Amino acid sequence: MMSTKDNFLKVKHLYNRAGFGVSYTDLQKLSKKNLDKVVDNLIKDSQKDDPINLINDFESKRQLLVQAGLYAKKDLTDDEKKMRQQIIREQNEVSRDLNIAFITKMINTDAPLREKMTLFWHGHFACRSNNPFFAQQLNNIQRANALGSFKTLLVEVSKSPAMLQYLNNQQNKKGKPNENFARELMELFTLGRGNYTEQDIKESARSFTGWMYDKDGSFIFRQNLHDTGTKTFFGKIGNFEGENIIDIILEKPETAQFIARKVYQFFVNDTPNETHVKELATHFYNSKYDIAAMMKKMFTSDWFYSQENVGTKIKSPAEFLVGLSREFYVTYNKPQVLIQLQSSLGQYLFNPPNVAGWPGGQSWIDSSSLMLRMRIPSLVLNDGEIDFSGKADPEDEAVIALSRTATTNANANMKPKSYVNANANWPKFLNTLPKGLTPLALTEFLLQPKLNNKITTMVSDNKGLRSTAVEITSMPEYQLC
Amino acid sequence: MVDSQSAKYPTNEPLTNEQVNKNTNKMNRRNFLRNTGFVAAGSLFVPAFMKPLEAMALDELSLYKNLVVVQLSGGNDGLNTVIPFGNDIYYQKRKSIAIKPEEVIRLNDMQGLNPNMAALQEIYDQGWMTIINDVGYPNPDRSHFRSMDIWQTGSDSNQFLSTGWIGRYLDSNCQTCKFPYTAIEVDDSLSLAMKGQTKKGIALKDPAALFRNTNDPFFKAMLQNDKEHLDEDNLGYLYKTMIETSSSASYIQNTSKVYQSKSTYPTSGFANQLKTVSKFISSGLKTRVYYVSLSGFDTHVNQIGQQGNLLKQYSEGMAAFLKDLKSNNKLEDTLVITFSEFGRRVEQNASNGTDHGTANNMFVFGGKLKKQGIFNAAPNLSDLDTGDLKYQLDFRQVYGTILDKWLDVNNADILNKKFNTLDFI
Repeated sequence: MMSTKDNFLKVKHLYNRAGFGVSYTDLQKLSKKNLDKVVDNLIKDSQKDDPINLINDFESKRQLLVQAGLYAKKDLTDDEKKMRQQIIREQNEVSRDLNIAFITKMINTDAPLREKMTLFWHGHFACRSNNPFFAQQLNNIQRANALGSFKTLLVEVSKSPAMLQYLNNQQNKKGKPNENFARELMELFTLGRGNYTEQDIKESARSFTGWMYDKDGSFIFRQNLHDTGTKTFFGKIGNFEGENIIDIILEKPETAQFIARKVYQFFVNDTPNETHVKELATHFYNSKYDIAAMMKKMFTSDWFYSQENVGTKIKSPAEFLVGLSREFYVTYNKPQVLIQLQSSLGQYLFNPPNVAGWPGGQSWIDSSSLMLRMRIPSLVLNDGEIDFSGKADPEDEAVIALSRTATTNANANMKPKSYVNANANWPKFLNTLPKGLTPLALTEFLLQPKLNNKITTMVSDNKGLRSTAVEITSMPEYQLC
Repeated sequence: MVDSQSAKYPTNEPLTNEQVNKNTNKMNRRNFLRNTGFVAAGSLFVPAFMKPLEAMALDELSLYKNLVVVQLSGGNDGLNTVIPFGNDIYYQKRKSIAIKPEEVIRLNDMQGLNPNMAALQEIYDQGWMTIINDVGYPNPDRSHFRSMDIWQTGSDSNQFLSTGWIGRYLDSNCQTCKFPYTAIEVDDSLSLAMKGQTKKGIALKDPAALFRNTNDPFFKAMLQNDKEHLDEDNLGYLYKTMIETSSSASYIQNTSKVYQSKSTYPTSGFANQLKTVSKFISSGLKTRVYYVSLSGFDTHVNQIGQQGNLLKQYSEGMAAFLKDLKSNNKLEDTLVITFSEFGRRVEQNASNGTDHGTANNMFVFGGKLKKQGIFNAAPNLSDLDTGDLKYQLDFRQVYGTILDKWLDVNNADILNKKFNTLDFI
């Protein structure tokens, strides 16, 4: 029989990894249940798919059409140039809104596992699109299938305009194949390096010819651009089309291995334990790539809760920001600051460094990002002043070039003081805590790693829970989950 | 943003260990909870276990070869930077944005500098500047992000590396790489170029601010007597990073604070970055690589004014920097390179700007250049790859040359394969 205290720590660990943390009240309630039941509940809570509907389909199509028209023309009138600039400006603005919508959703969601999985797929199927409608669509595909069939997810991602554009499948035509998509499909999305040949890439690229999107931004299979010849792929010969290739890739257990290892590294430990990975992969493969089944297997395995896997992972910037905001019911009066923080911490959502996604683990941490992480709790929870500006995103360079007049200096130091301008809901947070909770007990709740003497001593002289909370969240230990 | 409470503690009198413990554990630590985050604290106390790092620095060599990397972000238009005024095709393709032959600062019969770069003429004439034409890589990528990624990691165009070329130099067991301040980026955040697998550079805009932050009572309290955390796990890594940051901040601040530059710099953010670098180099900081950047070069629209303004800032800043180094006898020990993630298309667009292209020129500066002036042939404008310049030299040959001949490591160890070196140094 498991003690409640033991269960308390396990449920807390589960919710930190599978979601973005848990309130003390919920944790107390859940701790009284059997752990398997808690896992079932967690999955059940995430059954509902609630997409982001920020960007209007109609308006986006209108812009696409106007843009297509403008690109086709050689000499633009001044009005047309203005129109094009206006569209670019609007798209940049809406892209920022989309970013904020995603992070806000993670902060407020009552389907934490679905959002956490969406974040995982967001990094796995990493993509950049300057068309916010495409980006929203891909994000919604990743959310809708986050816990469903990996095959459906893979097919839908492969057919999404965002990915078709990002990996140049628009240029993949019969007789002039572009291998970009075919290569990343195998290297980064399914099999992993070393499990295919260059010939497999060539043949699969031919199979994906004609997979495109039309001027309305919908997937279209252009038969006339498709290479209908015979292809040899992993020893199989046939007149393959894209979906046949995906089926053959999924028949290979290496795909289940690759995904299971990545899931393990995201949810359990940076360093994969190959025995555990194999267990997961076999389960995933045998369940015909049912993602929820794999997740359940993982969350109900004893090793998920073993000491080396608790409080030992470095939070990603998204996990850190979402966790902090969720814990203290933070509202951002100027939510753009969330973008600035993501960017300064090295994880600007919807803007991965490349199609391989964010490398994660210790690469999140360098001297400046760690100093910033340790400052953010006091900035967010106590409305502190920001004295950093971060770098411009390379894709924003055109905007910088446009907005810079002849008299302003690059990197000018004369900036107005800026604040995070957020409100933590302290009464609400304090209300979730049991009466008479000591600063030490609060510390045990807020931190995932085991407490040591130093921390115990540091918090013991602290009188208020609020100041303890700010202090604890500013510790290096809070960077771990 | 000095917190009023911190004034209660003497700023120039070292506190005893107990005093620090007492203070940090109580009153002073509360500063952290106030709205300024890390605040000035004052004591110069260094925990005992951090001492060896400082001690190490003392017995180091005094002669240091420095590398300064200058990144122009956004894709600088190389053809309007070093102008091929001797080639008619340039004027045919750039009807409204070409620089007129009479405005070009001529370097030879074919190429010359943009008139906004007048400040560099003197530098060029002194033999402190080399221009390398047509630097690029196979299968070029026209996305800013991806191409910058490629330049910063030194990867092939279909390869994804999560470490930067300077980061991997830090990872190599080079004699000086053991110091966490071996590579400094004068900025708020650290570029991928500076991140290795086990070692990373340090990003700082203002050494005094970083010093203040690492001397914040809360920060120091976290580091007190914390040997138990120095394991190889993730928590150990966090503590190691904090210790190195703190140690480096003290070293950088204490070494450079006394230095006063006698040179005047133009007033721009970019020149300020270079001024900071010069201060570090001239005060004898044992750092080998510095990284600075200037952004805004993505000139799709109305390029002339925007690029001109940026080139002016760049050139005036660089000229002041190089002359400052010269006056401090540091120019011979310093090598500066400038790159951008790509050049732009040969033909201008309809908006008096240029779109993303491929190969581009790179600049090398220093007091000890082997080949001064123009290094190789001007871009061939009649032999293009669908409207783009073909590269003559791989950018990793330039990196490889610097790694082999300036930083004294084998470039194959850093770049994952051997690149032939060039003769500019």
